[in-house]
Amino acid sequence: MKRFTLQIGIALSGMVLLFSGCNQGGNAANGALSSSAAEKVYVAPGEQDEFYAFLSGGYSGNLTVYGLPSGRMFKEIPVFSQFPTSGYGYSEETKPLLITSHGFIPWDDLHHPDISQTNGELDGRWIFVNGNNTPRIARVSLSTFETEEIIEIPNSAGNHSSSFITENTEYVVAGTRFSVPVPQRDMPINEYKGNFKGALTFINVDPEHGHMDIKFQVIMPGFNYDLSHPGRGKSHGWFFFSTYNTEEASTLQEVNASQNDKDFIAAINWKKIEEYVNNGGGTEMPANYAHNVYDESTHMARSTMKKKVLTVDPTKVPGAVFLLPTPKSPHGCDVDPSGQYIIGAGKLSADITVHSFDNMLAAIEAEKYDGYAYGIPILNFEEVLAGVVKSGGLGPLHTEFDGKGNAYTTFFISSEVVKWQLETWQVVDRKPTFYSVGHLMIPGGNSRKPFGKYVVAMNKITKDRYLPTGPEMEHSAQIYDISGEKMELLYDFPTHGEPHYAAGCPADLLRQNSKKIYRLDENNHPYSIKSPVDARVEREGKDVHIYMSTIRSHFTPDNIEGIKVGDRVYFHVTNHEQDFDVPHGFAAIGANTSEILVMPGQTKTIVWEPKQVGVWPFYCTDFCSALHQEMQGYVRVSPTNSSIELSWSVGE
Amino acid sequence: MKLISFCFFLSLLTLGCGEKKEKEDEGFKIERKSSQSETKKSTVESTGVKASERIDLTNKGVGPITLVNLGDEINSEMAAQGEAVYNQMCLACHRIGKKFIGPAPNGILERRTPEWVMNMILVPEKMVKEDPLAKELLIEFNGSPMANQGLTEEQARAVLEYFRTLK
Repeated sequence: MKRFTLQIGIALSGMVLLFSGCNQGGNAANGALSSSAAEKVYVAPGEQDEFYAFLSGGYSGNLTVYGLPSGRMFKEIPVFSQFPTSGYGYSEETKPLLITSHGFIPWDDLHHPDISQTNGELDGRWIFVNGNNTPRIARVSLSTFETEEIIEIPNSAGNHSSSFITENTEYVVAGTRFSVPVPQRDMPINEYKGNFKGALTFINVDPEHGHMDIKFQVIMPGFNYDLSHPGRGKSHGWFFFSTYNTEEASTLQEVNASQNDKDFIAAINWKKIEEYVNNGGGTEMPANYAHNVYDESTHMARSTMKKKVLTVDPTKVPGAVFLLPTPKSPHGCDVDPSGQYIIGAGKLSADITVHSFDNMLAAIEAEKYDGYAYGIPILNFEEVLAGVVKSGGLGPLHTEFDGKGNAYTTFFISSEVVKWQLETWQVVDRKPTFYSVGHLMIPGGNSRKPFGKYVVAMNKITKDRYLPTGPEMEHSAQIYDISGEKMELLYDFPTHGEPHYAAGCPADLLRQNSKKIYRLDENNHPYSIKSPVDARVEREGKDVHIYMSTIRSHFTPDNIEGIKVGDRVYFHVTNHEQDFDVPHGFAAIGANTSEILVMPGQTKTIVWEPKQVGVWPFYCTDFCSALHQEMQGYVRVSPTNSSIELSWSVGE
Repeated sequence: MKLISFCFFLSLLTLGCGEKKEKEDEGFKIERKSSQSETKKSTVESTGVKASERIDLTNKGVGPITLVNLGDEINSEMAAQGEAVYNQMCLACHRIGKKFIGPAPNGILERRTPEWVMNMILVPEKMVKEDPLAKELLIEFNGSPMANQGLTEEQARAVLEYFRTLK
C-alpha cells in the first residue's frame, strides 16, 4: 500500500513536472521574443506590406523593390544593366538608355537610391540612383517603376557621393570619389597632387517632368569625395560631402590615404553658387556626355550627346565653400531631420563626430579658420563641433534618424547598429548584425519626416545565415523594430547584388499612383499598330519591319513569308491587351538578343537576323492564358537571292 | 536546237519546282473527324443547339448593366464611334461575318439582350464564371478567354450601336 502510494506520488509529481514543462515550453513558444517577432513580420496571404523599400543592387546594376516588414522582393527594376527578363537594354527602344561617351555600356555599379522630396518630405514621384563606375545618374518613375532617364556626369570618376537630392528636389547631386585630371589629359600618375580635381555636380531637376540637366560643377581639390547629404530645414541651401585621401595619394591608398588624423567634410552653399552662375559666373568647358531620355508616350528612349558643362572654381565665390575637419577618413555624411547636425562617421574611428550647423555659421562669421586648402578656408574643428558620440563600437559608417530625437549608426568592424540620442550624444542601445553591416535605412530616415518604425540593416557578409549556395551568396539584410526603447531584431532576408543604401516610404504614398496598363490610344510609338487591321510587313532594302499585335492568345500576323537570309528583321510588337497584368512575351529562334516582355498597350521592338534557310518559329514567352502554348507563329526564311514576295497572314 | 528547247523546258520545270506545294499529310483525317463530332456533342445542350446559336432574349447576364434602351433608329454617329473602338479593341478576335477566335458579332441582338452583350464586353471574367451561357461559350470557343479591354460603359454602348448596323 505504501509502495502503491509512493508510486502514485511519483507519478503525480512526474505529471506536475510534465505540466510545468509544457507550460514552460508554451511560454518559450509564445513568449515576448520569438512569437511577437514572427507576428511583426508576418504579412498574411493576400495582405500587403506597410512600406516599400528600394534597395540598391550594387554590382547587379539594378534596383530591387521589397516590402517591409515582410522582406519579400516584388521587383527588380533594370537601370544600368541589361535585363533579359524584360528586354531592357536589348530592345531597340531601351538600348539608347545605356549609351555613354564610352559607347554602349551594359552594366554599372548602382548605389544610393533617394526618393524625391517636397518641403523635405518624401513625395513619391521619382527615385534617383547613381552609377558608380561610368558616372551616371538615373531617374526611375515611381508610377511605372521603370527607368526614365540617365545622364552621364563629365569630369567625374567613381560617382560615389551621389545621388542625393535637395529638399524640394531642386537638384540631384553627384560627387566624384576618384579625383582625375580635369579636363582629362595624358599626364604622369605621380603628378596627382595639386593637378587632379574632384568635381561636385549639381543637376537641375525639372519640377514637372523630372528631366535632368547639369546646372554647374564645383571643381574641388583632388580629394576623394565619399558620401554626401543635403542640408534641410535651417541648413537648406547647403550640401555636405565627406572626404578622404586629403593626402592626395595616387597609390596604395589603403595606407597612404590614412595618414592625416583628420580629413574634411566639405560644406557647399549651393544657393550662393546658383546665384553666382545665374549672374553669369562660372566657366563653360567643352565636354562630351550622354543624356538619355525615355518617353512614356512613344515607349522609346533617345540619346543625345551634350558638348559643354559649366564649371565653378570654388575660390571665385567667396563664402560658398568651407572645409570642416573630421577625424579618421569619414565615410557617412548624414544630416538630422532638423538640419542642425551634420554627422561624420570616421570609418577608422570608434567615435562619431557631430558638427553643428549653427556653430559652423558662427565660425564662418568670425572667420575662425585653421588655414586654407587650395584657397578654401578650413574651419576650426572645436568651433564647429557639437559633440562626439563615444560609441564603444568600431568603424562607424552610416546614420539614419527616427524623427524622435534618435540616430542609428552602423558599425562595420564591430558588426552592430548603435542607437544614440541627438544632443545628449549618449548611446542608448546597440544590437549585433550578422555580419559586417554597411548601410541602414529607416523609411524617410534621411528626410525631415522619418517613419521611425523599422530599420533595415544591409550586411556585407552572409556566411552561415542561410543554407549555403556555394562560394557566392546573396547578401543578408536584417529588419529591426525600432518603435520601442530597445531595438528588436525581427527577421533576416537575402538581398540581390550588394545593396549600397536604400530608400523606403509608406506603401500608401505609391500604391494609388502605380500604373496598371499603358493606354493603347495614347501609344505614340512610330511602329505601333492600334488595330490588327494595320498589321503588315514592309521591306526597306535589307531591313524588314513587321508591325505585329498580340492579344490572348495569338500574334497578328503569325505566318510570314518572303524573309531572306541576310535580312535585318524588326519585330515591332504591340500588346493590344488593356487589362492589368496581361503581358505577352516574344522570342524568335536564333535571335542574338533577349526576349521582349510587352506590357498591355505597349510597343517593343526586337531585331532578328536569320542566318539559315528554313521555317522558323516564334512564340509568346509569358504564360498568358489557357491557350498560351498555342501562341506561336512561323517565319519562312528563303535564300538571299529568292524571289518570294513578302506575305503575311493570320488564320488563313 | 532540240537540246536548247529541252533545256528551256527543264528550266521551266525547275522554276515550277520553286513554287511547288508540298503534299500535306492526310494520315490523321479520321481521328480529326471523330474528335470534331465529340466536340460538337459536348457543346450541344439538350436543345441540340450550340451555345453560340441559341437564342436567349431574356437573360441579361451578370454585371453592371441592368437596363439598356435601344432607340428606334440607329444612332449613326454613335455607331461610327463604336466601330472605331471595335477596330482597336475587339477585331483581333472578333471578325465581321466569320468565326475567328470568338464569334462574329453579326446579328447578335437577334440572339442576346443588349444588357447581356454589354456585360460580356465590360466584365467578361465575371460572365464566364457566373453566367451559364457565357460559361458554355467559353468551352465552345476552345477555352479562349475573352479579354477585358477596359472599355468604358459609354464605349461599350457605342460598340453595341455599331453591332446594330451589322446584318
